[in-house]
Amino acid sequence: MTPTNNTAAVLDAPKISFDNVPIIAHGHTFDTVTTKISQVVLKRGTPNWWFGAFLVGGAGLTGLLFALTVLVFKGVGIWGNNQPVGWAWDITNFVWWIGIGHAGTLISAILLLLKQDWRTSISRFSEAMTIFAVACAGIFPVFHTGRPWVAYWLFPLPNTMGVWPQFRSPLVWDVFAVSTYATMSIVFWYVGLIPDLGTMRDQAKSLFVKKIYGALSMGWRGSTRHWSRYETACLLLAGLCTPLVVSVHTVVSFDFAVGIIPGWHTTFFPPYFVAGAVYSGFAMVLTLAIPARKLFGLEDFITTRHLDNMAKVMLATGLIVGYAYSCEPFFGLIYSGNRYEHFLMYNRMFGPYAPFYWTLVLCNVITPNFLWIRKLRSNVVALFIIAIVVNIGMWLERFVIIGISLTRDFLPSSWGGFKPTIFDIMTFTGTLGLFLTLMLLFLRGLPSIPMFELKAMLHADGLGIESEVGTFEEEVVG
Amino acid sequence: MTPVKKYPTYGVMAEFKTPAELIAATHAAYTAGYRVMDAYTPFPIEEVSETIGFHKHHNKVPLATLTGGILGLIGGFSLASLASASWYPLNIAGRPLIPWPAFIPVTFECTILLAGLSCAFGMIAMNGLPQPYHPVFNVPGFSRATNDRFFLCIEARDPMYNEDAVMDLLRSANATEVTKVDG
Repeated sequence: MTPTNNTAAVLDAPKISFDNVPIIAHGHTFDTVTTKISQVVLKRGTPNWWFGAFLVGGAGLTGLLFALTVLVFKGVGIWGNNQPVGWAWDITNFVWWIGIGHAGTLISAILLLLKQDWRTSISRFSEAMTIFAVACAGIFPVFHTGRPWVAYWLFPLPNTMGVWPQFRSPLVWDVFAVSTYATMSIVFWYVGLIPDLGTMRDQAKSLFVKKIYGALSMGWRGSTRHWSRYETACLLLAGLCTPLVVSVHTVVSFDFAVGIIPGWHTTFFPPYFVAGAVYSGFAMVLTLAIPARKLFGLEDFITTRHLDNMAKVMLATGLIVGYAYSCEPFFGLIYSGNRYEHFLMYNRMFGPYAPFYWTLVLCNVITPNFLWIRKLRSNVVALFIIAIVVNIGMWLERFVIIGISLTRDFLPSSWGGFKPTIFDIMTFTGTLGLFLTLMLLFLRGLPSIPMFELKAMLHADGLGIESEVGTFEEEVVG
Repeated sequence: MTPVKKYPTYGVMAEFKTPAELIAATHAAYTAGYRVMDAYTPFPIEEVSETIGFHKHHNKVPLATLTGGILGLIGGFSLASLASASWYPLNIAGRPLIPWPAFIPVTFECTILLAGLSCAFGMIAMNGLPQPYHPVFNVPGFSRATNDRFFLCIEARDPMYNEDAVMDLLRSANATEVTKVDG
């Protein structure tokens, strides 16, 4: 066979292409978009699976409340934290949750500026994920202070003691970065919701429900002057959130990079952390979107094209993270010439916590490479499994960086180890429960896909109008 | 139910089936000389706001955002500097009391925070929201303005306003429904 024939045979072979998969399934009009999305919320009766999932989330949340109550009475000693491992699961969980939030802002802000139309259907959903993830993250540093009732001391407030926060410390930067991030995420999310809350008000049948959505929508009436200011505001907020999201994980990485612990004191932490954040965040979006689109019947709006694109972002950021992992041994073993850095790498790879390190490499470096295969990107089950594996891998990454670096630093006399207690586990699974609970309430109570943006997309494509004869396409063709 | 009080008319509302018809009608109304009007649509249509004469320079949201950003920038840096150098100075091995690079993260976050809040709340305030009641909500079928219908209201405040003339104009512009709006 000649090479030309070979090429032709390859080209002729049927392949899966996502280019033809639309962002919105064919045949939708403005009205069907409204109905399909608003009815998820307004329809009477909650599906049984929702109650099942709520039970799981609620159980986790109850565990969280119990663990935190015990902590308030007894102190952080109930966790496995010790000397030298003062930052353990709590800070690991904090960084993990904050990182997950980043994908939401990336999808809603950065992809908006890049005019990536496909982001629309998943944007609100992922923004909600951001807010809930940041809420879960915030619990850890606040309770790690040991005296959560004076957590407001973290903020620069005039007080009778005359004491002020140390503005030269990355921990203070972190307070500013995370609280700004939380505030901006909520504001951006709410602004994005206003027109759809108006739609919900007008779609609702019961007066009570109408009043609730009416109040939340602030009386939105779709005036064209309002739309004009609204669009500008959304664009500006996206522009502001873009550098913000990069700054947040940069500042989180400064918490470590400014410290002198081997394995922390590295200049490449900011880009490494930001890439990891986006990586874990997209994994979480996929983990949530795959079941949600199925259970709520929203496959018309979250199509395989979305899943494919998200998988590609995961692959790209996964490769960056893999590159960062290969940099660490390079700096530690070869470039730095520092015996403590050298020992840290050795300890990570062959020390008592080596299985964590190698599992992390397996999860974060090997697994994403399956996403090169087009067939796997179109297989929801495979994608779901890969996403879960990446979530686990990213948690391990944070534990390896934070916990393991602290177990063995400069002086062998101060070496130690870390074992989680039942309260560590309950607090972590508790935040998973809190996250699940909030997500379920959001899916049941608010439109999870921005209706007006989908309609604007239909309009831009010259679609969306209902015609007496048939669908719009038939009319054009016939 | 009969209204106990006679309200003045707010204007005339026309309902259209397609964005194209709304744009054409708006254009016709503007050409005919009407200036005080507003369109109501389920999603933003830039041509409409241009046609009713609401241009980019009427939009003060960017100005509010910039003002907030500058205040945040100055405020953030001042806060860090005053706290470190004046309110609670700490001499740590003779290091400078105002090390400006260390204050950049806080300054940056304050800039973003104030710019973002001014942007969002500025937009809401300039839109006159929250406004639970508005005369246009009295129009039958107006609930579809947030779903799949496109509305144009020529308001009674317009100096050229004449109820019958406006109604004729809107009917001839292919409106499916033309209604008088009670104030």
